[in-house]
Amino acid sequence: MEKNIIELKNVAKYYEMGESTVKAVDGVDIKVEKGDFVAIMGPSGSGKSTSMNLVGSLDLPTKGTIYLDGRDISHLEESELAQIRGKKIGFIFQSFNLIPNLTAKENVMLPMLFQGKSKEERELKAEELMRMVELGDRMDHYPNQLSGGQQQRVAIARALANDPEVILADEPTGNLDTKTGENVMKFLQDLNKKGTTIIMVTHDPQRAEAHARTIYWMKDGKIDRITRKKKAKM
Amino acid sequence: MILDYFSLAFQNLRHRGVRSWLTVLGIFIGIAAVVSLIAMGQGLQQAITGQFNTLSADKLIIQSAEAGFGPPGSTAAKRLNEHDLRIIESVPEVDTVVTRLIRVAKVEYNKASSFEYLASIPQDSQKALFLYDTLNLKISSGKLITPTDKGKIVIGKNIAESKSFGKEIRVGTHLNIQGKDFEVAGILKPAQSFQINSVILMLEDDMKDTLKIGDEIDLVVVQVKDKNKIKDVADEITNRLRRDRKEKEGEEDFSVQTPVQALSTVNTVLNIVNLIVGGIAAISLLVGGIGIANTMYTSVLERTKEIGTMKAVGAQNKDILSIFLIESGMLGLIGGIIGAALGVGLAYLASFAANTSFGTELFQVSIRPILIGSAVLFSFTVGILSGILPAVQASRLKPVEALRK
Repeated sequence: MEKNIIELKNVAKYYEMGESTVKAVDGVDIKVEKGDFVAIMGPSGSGKSTSMNLVGSLDLPTKGTIYLDGRDISHLEESELAQIRGKKIGFIFQSFNLIPNLTAKENVMLPMLFQGKSKEERELKAEELMRMVELGDRMDHYPNQLSGGQQQRVAIARALANDPEVILADEPTGNLDTKTGENVMKFLQDLNKKGTTIIMVTHDPQRAEAHARTIYWMKDGKIDRITRKKKAKM
Repeated sequence: MILDYFSLAFQNLRHRGVRSWLTVLGIFIGIAAVVSLIAMGQGLQQAITGQFNTLSADKLIIQSAEAGFGPPGSTAAKRLNEHDLRIIESVPEVDTVVTRLIRVAKVEYNKASSFEYLASIPQDSQKALFLYDTLNLKISSGKLITPTDKGKIVIGKNIAESKSFGKEIRVGTHLNIQGKDFEVAGILKPAQSFQINSVILMLEDDMKDTLKIGDEIDLVVVQVKDKNKIKDVADEITNRLRRDRKEKEGEEDFSVQTPVQALSTVNTVLNIVNLIVGGIAAISLLVGGIGIANTMYTSVLERTKEIGTMKAVGAQNKDILSIFLIESGMLGLIGGIIGAALGVGLAYLASFAANTSFGTELFQVSIRPILIGSAVLFSFTVGILSGILPAVQASRLKPVEALRK
């Protein structure tokens, strides 16, 4: 078994903006060990969001290699990437990104649909996950009938639907007030304790330091420094 | 999996409520128009075919060529006469020959008048029976006239019930036709053919006398001995009449028609009508299809982020493609089903209105399962086709870019 669930080797992402080239990410090395809680920190424009997309295989690098669970995914086709994403990575977005036409439970069922799981299996698992995020009584509510915190918990449940190796959270508390945000963080922290790898992108140093064990500080498309805690804060 | 996509698509459509319905409206108006027009067209075709069914496969009709549409004798072409009749009778294989007169005459009753068709009954009782049999005439009250019933007539159902006279005509009623008095001896049973429903039958001699017709024949009906030789007999009659009249081939001023030929002429006309209807249908469905494409494009734009999210949670391009195609297909399908149902209703309504106001039964509705089936299938196909471009666009969105929206 690979020790690192995700590894970025000298990865760069450039965008052509008319005449000039924007180097959003420029030669980044990131290693995420299984079971770790990693935070990618940095001000806006530092390249943390681009890094996050690359880590999540939502985007392909201009240069360098990305390994997901030991496999080079830098040159895969979009449909292969989609399959891998669906199976191995769970996404949590700043603005929740729930499908408005589907109920909370149906949202949680969606990733399993794309993995071709049967309806019974999907329903069973979705109900279990909804109860886990303490929304057992909100299964048939539509996203617009839920509060921000509740929506983000549905998103956490959805991220867990296919038992992913790693959860990618992009500013998961960015749209939430402090208290609700803390509640969402508690769920992520619990997941991590149970062994799920978590990678979180944030611009909030306090939150990063409070929860993450490894923090990549980014600046101008490069890793500025890395800080590690020996033990998770209990 | 596909079933889940259907329920996903259905949920999306339901949530877009009014917009989905407006799009469906664009399709179902077209489908309703097509279904109702075709149903009525086929009904008309059946009704007209019914008219010709009164002539069976072993009979020929000879008439002056330019009679064309409208009543025979209404055009200036040289009419057939006793001399021509002799020539026709001289052809071997010709069995029974019956001559007919069909004219329009002024009918007066209850101080009102109306122009109606008169048709002659032969003076020979064998031939009269032959004609009744050929036209499949049945009496509903009174009796059919025989050569001895001078001064008597038989009328069609529509004449009996005609509103032009303001009073119902019964057996025993006297009508004034072109100044002469006639007694109604019988009323015909309703027939498929509206010509029969709107006819006044009288003896040939009475008719010649009343309308002052000399040695003229409007129509000759010939029964051949062997129906397999009907084509040969038709050719032989044509040849002999042509020779007698010293006409060149192709320039005859008469026509010898077999029922099949007559039917094919009518069918040609009806096919043209169907073609025009088809054209209108195609245009309206094209417009409906553009409506679907438009809705789907808007939907792709609005749901860009949703598409990005679905890709992030593992949807492949083909999944997104299927979801959007099924959605547009369903718009077409629902439009097709509603349209077909509405079209059937419209067809019945229109034929009822037409029959009531024209007093005929010519406007029949013919609903064939294949018509409904193909209308719905076609509409579904239009939906799918209209959805292809938007769906491809949606499926090709890059997840990062889609999520940024």
